[in-house]
Amino acid sequence: MSSAKPDGATTPAAAVETPLRRFASDYLESPVAAAGLAILVVILLLALLAPLIAPQNPYNLAEVDVMDSRLPPGSESMAGLKFWLGTDGAGRDLLSAMLYGLRISIFVGVMSCLVAMAIGASIGLVAAYAGGRTETLIMRIVDIQLSFPAILLALMLIAVLGKGVDKIIIALVAVQWGYYARTVRGTALVERRKDYVEAARCLGLSHARIVFHHILPNCLPPLIVVATVQAAHAIALEATLSFLGVGLPPTEPSLGLLISNGFEYVLSGKYWISTFPGLVLLATIMAINLVGDQLRDVLNPRLRR
Amino acid sequence: MTAPDAPTIEVDGLRTHFFTKAGVVKAVDGVSLSVRRGEILGLVGESGSGKSITGFSILGLVDPPGRIVGGAIRFNGVDLATLDGEALRRLRGDRIAMIFQDPMMTLNPVLRVDTQMIEAVTAHRSIGRTEARDLAAAALAEVGIASPERRLAAYPHELSGGMRQRVAIAIAFINKPDLVIADEPTTALDVTIQAQILYEAQKLCRTRQTAMIWITHDLAIVSSLADRIAVMYAGRVVEDGATADVVGRPLHPYTQGLIGSVPSANRRGQRLTQIPGMTPSLLDIGPGCAFRNRCPRAGDDCAADPAVLTVAPARAVRCVRPLLGVGA
Repeated sequence: MSSAKPDGATTPAAAVETPLRRFASDYLESPVAAAGLAILVVILLLALLAPLIAPQNPYNLAEVDVMDSRLPPGSESMAGLKFWLGTDGAGRDLLSAMLYGLRISIFVGVMSCLVAMAIGASIGLVAAYAGGRTETLIMRIVDIQLSFPAILLALMLIAVLGKGVDKIIIALVAVQWGYYARTVRGTALVERRKDYVEAARCLGLSHARIVFHHILPNCLPPLIVVATVQAAHAIALEATLSFLGVGLPPTEPSLGLLISNGFEYVLSGKYWISTFPGLVLLATIMAINLVGDQLRDVLNPRLRR
Repeated sequence: MTAPDAPTIEVDGLRTHFFTKAGVVKAVDGVSLSVRRGEILGLVGESGSGKSITGFSILGLVDPPGRIVGGAIRFNGVDLATLDGEALRRLRGDRIAMIFQDPMMTLNPVLRVDTQMIEAVTAHRSIGRTEARDLAAAALAEVGIASPERRLAAYPHELSGGMRQRVAIAIAFINKPDLVIADEPTTALDVTIQAQILYEAQKLCRTRQTAMIWITHDLAIVSSLADRIAVMYAGRVVEDGATADVVGRPLHPYTQGLIGSVPSANRRGQRLTQIPGMTPSLLDIGPGCAFRNRCPRAGDDCAADPAVLTVAPARAVRCVRPLLGVGA
């Protein structure tokens, strides 16, 4: 997929249909997937630009007044700040808290996804390339890891490690690397029997070079699909952990923690504290899954029309 | 170094066996051959005769359960068995190069041509990327590729089959190797492209004084290309000699059968002769000549292992009942 290079300009024939262009047009064929991508881009921009667009910095205790707590949507603070989506139990502007929470949720999801992918893919590649006992040993470890319920393993790890963004990322990586290892190993097993690997060996290239420069790029399509699914999964898992109160510190709430903060007030009519973060979480995960589904269809050679 | 007429590669009694669950497969069982600089040896045989495994044995790339169990491979006078894995790796692609059968499969589909060619150079020489890229462009021009700069920026799927095989040949020759092993490089190509590829490979081999082993099942191809021919059957070289001698006056009944089954060797309207039966399974090969069950000249004395009969200098046959005095 590294074809988004200016070489299209040097070969006029390739400029008409580069792999990237075909990929883009294949992807946009489905309006639902296009909408999912659009929503995802908006959400990512909101998260990225949160400090610029949020009316309030919810982490700055000087800006937050407890007297403003649990105000309904549309009310104003003593200082005249309008709370479009109301405030939470600590008096934070819910819109601002959500933007910042989205930032944390996505950061945790993407980071854990990337680290787990790097670790899992490397392990899977090594297993497939080495074969024999090494492969059996690695894949049995993966089996054991994947046989644990993800939430249980994450809870146990958080209990040992303690709270914090870094700790939760470690826990999520530990829960998810196995999926990448299994996926990559399956693809790499097929790839490593292909002639270009034999040809690379005949060129006297080192094992590391063959594995990471020749086999890995050919394993990317399924890896990308698994990564999108697992990123959504990681965000949901983080929200679950935060909701259970073991994830992030309450001073820097993620979406899950915001939902958890509000759910005790839902029955007393203060629906907004849990509902709005919940909707954003739902939209985020749905958008990622829509994108992932379409990627899987487009990147799967067997479904090529 | 070595004397000028010393062989570049000398394989002596090579035995490569595969230890499978069903038993020991003697894929290569006592192969001896030698190739000098600028010489092309045609290694001919049916599928499963062990010719490709001979090539991989020379490269030191026999995968488990296979193993070289006997014999010696001397490359420029050095016994390859004495080298460790790292020394062999440095030899591969630099001093000994390989060209494969299917050019659709041997180039990595996701890497550009220049990436793959530069890699072949920088794996063995510490030179800069721009310098390596210039070498790659020159190598492409040398195998008859027009506008090499444009082809360098292309991905393999943007090239035709013949063009890809030219790229593969350019990669094989880019480090000026002493020995090139070509494993049926024209089998997957159109006949017209075949001729061009044969021409390019032969030209490079002559001008660079490279020793070359051309593995094929097609006797017609090597008869116009090779200087010498070694015919393999069931893991052994059964006949060995100058091309004109082997094709014109075959000594082994199997070689005769092979020649008889080439359409152009027969007159129009005549039936093509064929060799009855199939290549024996290499699993349960007993003592004696492996060809005797299919051989029209076989007799009781064929049950003993046939010795190599040296008829003339560089002309040998492994048969107890060779076709001496026939033909000519």
